[in-house]
Amino acid sequence: MGKKIMSGKEIDRIIRKSAGVIEKKMGLSGLVIIGIRRRGAFLADRLAECFSGDEAPVGYLDINLYRDDFSKIGAHPVLSETEVLFNIDGKKILLVDDVLFTGRTIRAALDALMDLGRPALVRLFVLVDRGHRELPISADFTGMKAETRVNEMVEVRLKEIDGVDEVSVEKRK
Amino acid sequence: MNWIKKDLIGLENLTKEEIETILKTAVSFKEISSRQVKKVPALRGKTVVNLFFEPSTRTKTSFELAAKRLSADVLSFEVASSSISKGETIVDTAQNIEAMKVDCFIVRHSVAGAPELISRNVSSAVINAGDGCHEHPTQALLDLFTVKENLGKIKGLKISIVGDILHSRVARSNIWGFTKLGAKVFVCGPPPIIPADAEKMGAKITYDIEEAIKDADVIYLLRLQKERQKENFLSSLKEYSYFYGIDENRYKKIKKGAVIMHPGPMNRGVEIKSDIAERENSLILEQVTNGIAVRMAVLYLTIGSRK
Repeated sequence: MGKKIMSGKEIDRIIRKSAGVIEKKMGLSGLVIIGIRRRGAFLADRLAECFSGDEAPVGYLDINLYRDDFSKIGAHPVLSETEVLFNIDGKKILLVDDVLFTGRTIRAALDALMDLGRPALVRLFVLVDRGHRELPISADFTGMKAETRVNEMVEVRLKEIDGVDEVSVEKRK
Repeated sequence: MNWIKKDLIGLENLTKEEIETILKTAVSFKEISSRQVKKVPALRGKTVVNLFFEPSTRTKTSFELAAKRLSADVLSFEVASSSISKGETIVDTAQNIEAMKVDCFIVRHSVAGAPELISRNVSSAVINAGDGCHEHPTQALLDLFTVKENLGKIKGLKISIVGDILHSRVARSNIWGFTKLGAKVFVCGPPPIIPADAEKMGAKITYDIEEAIKDADVIYLLRLQKERQKENFLSSLKEYSYFYGIDENRYKKIKKGAVIMHPGPMNRGVEIKSDIAERENSLILEQVTNGIAVRMAVLYLTIGSRK
């Protein structure tokens, strides 16, 4: 089902390589990692493990209460907890998500972050950039760029919740 | 599961799954009140109306804070200065306010069924904030949330509700809620204020406080209203306190790890000896704190469910 565009091995390789690049460009001092729930949270954990120095603190953000389509969607998105157990004032934040698409999730995440404090800067890592942006947002670190049609879905599956590591492009159901 | 109801009238007509959905949603909201910026934009642009036909400070404040922390606008309708005193019916009042494009009514009324009557006549969400001796669903939900948070579960617990069960909407909602989630509920008090139909709701009746306390995981004390003495339900408050109040002697018989709860406001010295409310196992103020998270969850689910 769908076209596989990334295997588990490739995900591993991209995470390791990206961690190196991020470490070099951002530096580890004052760095905190914040993953967007759900799958961005697991990618944040994996990136943090790959850094060479002391462990950078990792937090998790649930952005559902900041969505811009709340009154339009009939169903409620399932909420999970925001868990940022450290002060983000003056910190360098690496925001992590699985797929960058319209940019609306990242807009919501930035609003959510600003309610938690005033970071010195925010950079964005995504595993897959699939294009079709609707807002002026771009990633600073991108694992892979994928050509997709608007009506396709990019499915990221991770061992932590899906039992397998892979990324595929699928027809919208 | 997905929430589809536009109103919250009582726990009697909710399923176990619906109650669990509210409790689960409330967990996500609790964290927000511990932030420096205690606000999320989820209900931005929505208007919530407090429609209180009976005095209330705690519940009204709690709903108001919950709505504000979700960025909704809140309007409080003062009944004393309202058109009700000019003879308007409650349905007319609600429909007139709704004509100004609001999204939710929080209704408290001294007559059982008033919130449901309003809900049938408006398309906005309606949340019951206490109606007569019928139900007070958000109080029971915050009690369920608090017990679950502190004792880790609800199923299998022994919950003893002590006091004026007959006139208590809090007791009724709690009996529905706790039994639906699998707890064993005991109601305890002097016979004139224990309704016979408590057993039909799934509770066990006892007139003996010792039996209620024995092995209980939760001792839930209700406020004893002084008016009940005038209405001849009780011979005296002192007598009630002697037979049913939690004093040092009875406190000692409470099982280790059990908790004491009270929906407030307390009559210190009547249903509870003054300093027992401050003991380590008292959850009374935690209940108040959790009320905000639970009411945020209810607002989020009911208002958000509107198409």
